[in-house]
Amino acid sequence: MRKNTLSLKRRAPMLMLEALTIFLFIIFMIPFAMVVLNSAKTSREIIVNAVALPENWGQLGNNISRIFNNPTVDYLGAFGDSVIITVVSLLVIVTFSSMAAWVLVRNERKLWSILIFMVFVAAMVIPFQVLMYPLVRWLRILGNVIHLRLLGTVGGIVFAYLGFGSSLSIFIFHGFIKNIPYELEEAATIDGCSHPRIFFSIVFPLLKPIIVTVMILNGIWIWNDYLLPYLVLGSNGAVQTLPVAVTAFAGAYLKQWDLILTSTLLAIVPVIILYLFAQRYIIKGMVEGSIK
Amino acid sequence: MKQRSVVNTLFLVPVVFTFVMIIIVPFSLGIYYSLTDWNGVSPIINFVGFKNFSKLSSAPDFIHSFMITIGYTVINVILVNVVSFILSLIVTSKVKFRNFYRAGFFVPYLIGGIVLGYIWQFILNNILVSLGTAYSIEFLRVSFLSKPESVIWAMSAVNTWQFAGYIMLIYVAAIQSIPKSLMEAASVDGAGFVRNVFHILIPMMANAFTISLFLTLTYSFKQFDMNLTLTNGGPATRFMELPVKASQLLAMNIFDTATANKMAEAQAKAVVLFVVLVVVALIQVSINKKKEVEM
Repeated sequence: MRKNTLSLKRRAPMLMLEALTIFLFIIFMIPFAMVVLNSAKTSREIIVNAVALPENWGQLGNNISRIFNNPTVDYLGAFGDSVIITVVSLLVIVTFSSMAAWVLVRNERKLWSILIFMVFVAAMVIPFQVLMYPLVRWLRILGNVIHLRLLGTVGGIVFAYLGFGSSLSIFIFHGFIKNIPYELEEAATIDGCSHPRIFFSIVFPLLKPIIVTVMILNGIWIWNDYLLPYLVLGSNGAVQTLPVAVTAFAGAYLKQWDLILTSTLLAIVPVIILYLFAQRYIIKGMVEGSIK
Repeated sequence: MKQRSVVNTLFLVPVVFTFVMIIIVPFSLGIYYSLTDWNGVSPIINFVGFKNFSKLSSAPDFIHSFMITIGYTVINVILVNVVSFILSLIVTSKVKFRNFYRAGFFVPYLIGGIVLGYIWQFILNNILVSLGTAYSIEFLRVSFLSKPESVIWAMSAVNTWQFAGYIMLIYVAAIQSIPKSLMEAASVDGAGFVRNVFHILIPMMANAFTISLFLTLTYSFKQFDMNLTLTNGGPATRFMELPVKASQLLAMNIFDTATANKMAEAQAKAVVLFVVLVVVALIQVSINKKKEVEM
């Protein structure tokens, strides 16, 4: 008897905690539920009752096909462009930043190495707003000089992402490479291994865990970024990323929530699917990236 | 040895060249343009000195944006850190499915500011208002986004929803790095949960608090995407006897100024934003230095 009351007394705080957790979790998830519910409604249904269950879930398919067949916005095209821009930018950032970070670490004591590293780190303070308009003007001038279109092209925006992503990436790689023992590379040099080969076949494979971190930090940023693609690619250019497409779409169909919410749902779903598969890496990457 | 320096250069060139082209040159141009009459249209740009900056000190829209950005930042820093600290305590407790909850709380962070701005605009303008009308709840009848006195709070709430799960991860990592034996020993000595949190957990997490504080501080100060799609600066209100936008944060003020072709003025405002961020960063660095000495 006594044991029972004791355990109940002990369990009461735990039960309250469980209840609080479920409550908080529901609050966090309600916005997603509302997007899903209302993406399966007609405009009229939303106005009548935005909280009710949809009359017919088939409307979800209708709304999606209305967006896919919409002439104002090339949704699938924007999705494809977003994937290409994100993936190519990540490859370029990882390759070139790790190469640079390795050279900087292995010449740590030299003045030029310290200076370059310091400039990269200091640049992290610069807000995008200071340089975004001069950047557009400058890319136009530069493009004219070298006869390459930088504005409105995938190449131009990848070039920009390498510039903006390199600071944090070099900083993270730098910290990681420092802890790789130099003896490994010395042994390879004695064996007659060339300098680039030492990096690509010995150092680079060792970077795998930190590459995941760098890719996740940059990936979330690039995928969701709005201002840079808006300025460099234009709001209605041939190349368009998903956030820009969603904004253009919402601007054209003001207050038509059936379409706007369906378009946000289409933007969210791929991210959630990726998260379900790579959750462990994403959480680990976010923690490591912010603590360093 | 010679081969080595050639390789060094080749390895550095791609990133350094890009960095100069994308960051250094536009940044220098940006500082210079703030001292000119650049308007984005005329090809001739004249040097005007600090005229743009002296104009700012008497521009009501800029002063207003600057002040509400500070207010928004203060609210945000407190709200985000309190909520994420509570979440971190929950997901490191013995609650069932704690890993599932941890993963769930982080999901909003993956949704970009643009997309979640629309979602919350719908929730605040439609769902809450229709609930208020249906159940006659007076304070819900008018959207929080259409009242100048509540719009900043609504934005902070949305930002907390997005950011709390991320900061939670930092706190979780800090809590997990504290030796379990420490808390257990205190419990044996009769310390309750609350005392444990305040006397052991929080002091041991000082480093995580500094990181999170500065992360939320700089992030809030630069807030733009969610501002654009949630409120677009609205509603209208008055400040210094002139009409201004009640939720136009600093970054949006810069954006709107440039959209009106006042490029040089926008640059001057952006330079002010830059200076504020530099000061914040210097404070952060000096705090970190102090800590290293203490350790």
